[in-house]
Amino acid sequence: MSRLEDNAMGPEELSGPHPGGADRLGDEPAWRRLLRRARVGVRDRPGYALLGITASLFAGLVAVYGLSDVAQRTLNGLVAGSYFALGAVGLTLVYGILKLVNFAHGDMLTFGAYMALLFSAGLGLPSLVAMAAGVLATAGLGLAFERLLWRPMRRKRAGLLQLLLTAIGLALFIRSGIQFVAGTAQRSLDVDVLASVEFLGLRIGTTELIVVVVGVAVLTLVAVLLRVTSVGRQMRALSDNFSLAETTGVDTSRIVALTWVFGAGLAGLAGVLYAAAAGSFNPNLGFLLLLTLFAAVILGGIGNAYGALVGGMFLGLTQEWSTLVIDSRWKIAIGFVILIMVLIVRPNGLFGRAAKI
Amino acid sequence: MITFALALDIFTQLSFWVSVGVLAGTYGIFACGLQLNVGFTGVVNFGQAGFMAIGAYTMGIAVVELGWSFWAALPVAVLVAMAAGLLIGLSSLRLRADYFAIVTLAFAEIVRYTAINARDLTGGNQGLIGFDGDWARLSGGIQEALAPVGLDGEFLLPLLLVTWTTLVLLVLSLRWAQGSPWGRVLRAIREDEDAARALGKNAFAYKLQSIAIAAGIAAIAGFFHALNLSLLTPNSFEPLFTFLGYAVLVLGGLASYTAVAAGAVVLWTLLEATRLLELPLPAEKVAALRFMIVGLILIVLMALRPQGAFGKREEMVLGD
Repeated sequence: MSRLEDNAMGPEELSGPHPGGADRLGDEPAWRRLLRRARVGVRDRPGYALLGITASLFAGLVAVYGLSDVAQRTLNGLVAGSYFALGAVGLTLVYGILKLVNFAHGDMLTFGAYMALLFSAGLGLPSLVAMAAGVLATAGLGLAFERLLWRPMRRKRAGLLQLLLTAIGLALFIRSGIQFVAGTAQRSLDVDVLASVEFLGLRIGTTELIVVVVGVAVLTLVAVLLRVTSVGRQMRALSDNFSLAETTGVDTSRIVALTWVFGAGLAGLAGVLYAAAAGSFNPNLGFLLLLTLFAAVILGGIGNAYGALVGGMFLGLTQEWSTLVIDSRWKIAIGFVILIMVLIVRPNGLFGRAAKI
Repeated sequence: MITFALALDIFTQLSFWVSVGVLAGTYGIFACGLQLNVGFTGVVNFGQAGFMAIGAYTMGIAVVELGWSFWAALPVAVLVAMAAGLLIGLSSLRLRADYFAIVTLAFAEIVRYTAINARDLTGGNQGLIGFDGDWARLSGGIQEALAPVGLDGEFLLPLLLVTWTTLVLLVLSLRWAQGSPWGRVLRAIREDEDAARALGKNAFAYKLQSIAIAAGIAAIAGFFHALNLSLLTPNSFEPLFTFLGYAVLVLGGLASYTAVAAGAVVLWTLLEATRLLELPLPAEKVAALRFMIVGLILIVLMALRPQGAFGKREEMVLGD
């Protein structure tokens, strides 16, 4: 499907006013009319289509594997989905505004987790304070790289390849830097990963429950902030059209810096939550998650914060559901297969608009 | 002072240069494929390690599981990798450049997870061994032939000779292809795809050929990688391999095959030197330091000289 066809009004809408169109439609068998409506629906209302797909996946799995198994996986999927979504929202915000495919984003997650470790185990702060400090430190790192690296690169009008390779270099540098300081051994934050609560026959770790609650609360907050605050509106304006926003008086330098603080902070939070929920982690934490985050971002249409949120949750759910059908060793690959399949059908992602590059 | 003296000794040891040479040759071949895609066609392929894994594992499985001759398995493995390149190209080349980069990386990771999980075929993380019997016989023959000049002590020397012969032949033929009408069309597509299309060139088909050939080249690099390790494990085909390939590419320079070979030698001399320098650090930290250096090289080059050491600024793709 070409991008043009994807966006242009399809023949379906045109067939109505066409003389004789009514006849043709009248002759159409019911099943074909349903199929046509479904196709138009998927194109025009990807959100509902995704909801439909998710719901029918859920129903199908319940029919085959029984409610309790599926509900347990769904719970696990929501846990994974909340840190996927947090990581993906930060990644997509930065992309939307700077058109930067930030390969170093995954290592921001790692940085957050290790800073929390440093503050709790190293400096002896209480866990919660240490985690918050880890998030702040990551936000600071994002701001530092913006000032030291990305802003000068923008001034040089760096191209796509140049930015990609800079980000990869930065990713390698952060990850190996963490390895250099902290070693490659498995570490864990000082949280109780064994305690769990049970309700309706489902079991969820207390830490995991906190992760979901914090994740969903922060994501809702982000969605609201982007919608109602002035900074949020300016961020969306920059993402829409950078130079137009600049001419209309948006202080781009400030908004870009805030975007980095915001995006990196969300990455740090995702890393801290992942580290807490998973129990143990090593310097590869973020890099291993990065491609899943990219998948979530692209599924939602790159640059679209709400899309990334939905994409992250969808991937979390489908990855966990897939463990019912095949061995859980495959679940990460499942996410990538979904990504490639979706892109073949919708080259701009589920909620993506036509390319602006 | 003693550590410094030791450090200088290393550079006069033949074994150091032989091992650098094998690695540089392998990465040079690998990055020639990237040069064809990135430098000459303007397609950002991040799945090169995946194609390499497909080539190497096809060879390994054909020899170990199916009992093929090593030499018969090589061309088949190249063809399988090229078919994978066609498949990825057909499904994803219509995507925008940044999506294509991510999708190819995701593809390479799917290949790696398959190699980890399909244990019956690949041996999983344990690895696959026993594919290099035929090569060991040839290598032994070369070593005997080298005995009169006193070079038979270097176990890896035959591999070095074959790797670099392959790299030189590859560079020569790619340079020739680049000067042919076919190669000029690729450059035209890199510069302005719409203009190339307006002249009646099927840009999609040319890009597809570029990806498929790069995938075949990756498979060849995979053979040398496998012979060097004598073992196939999924972790030797991590995305990191592709990123190191890009470091070689930009260290040498864009839009020149000779530069790729030079870049590979420079990068691996640097990296192996850090391994052998007697730094007062545990091995784990030295390994981390090596990749910090690679990261820094990439950042500094992109900031100061994005076209690479011997690259041409006017041929820098995707610069807008």
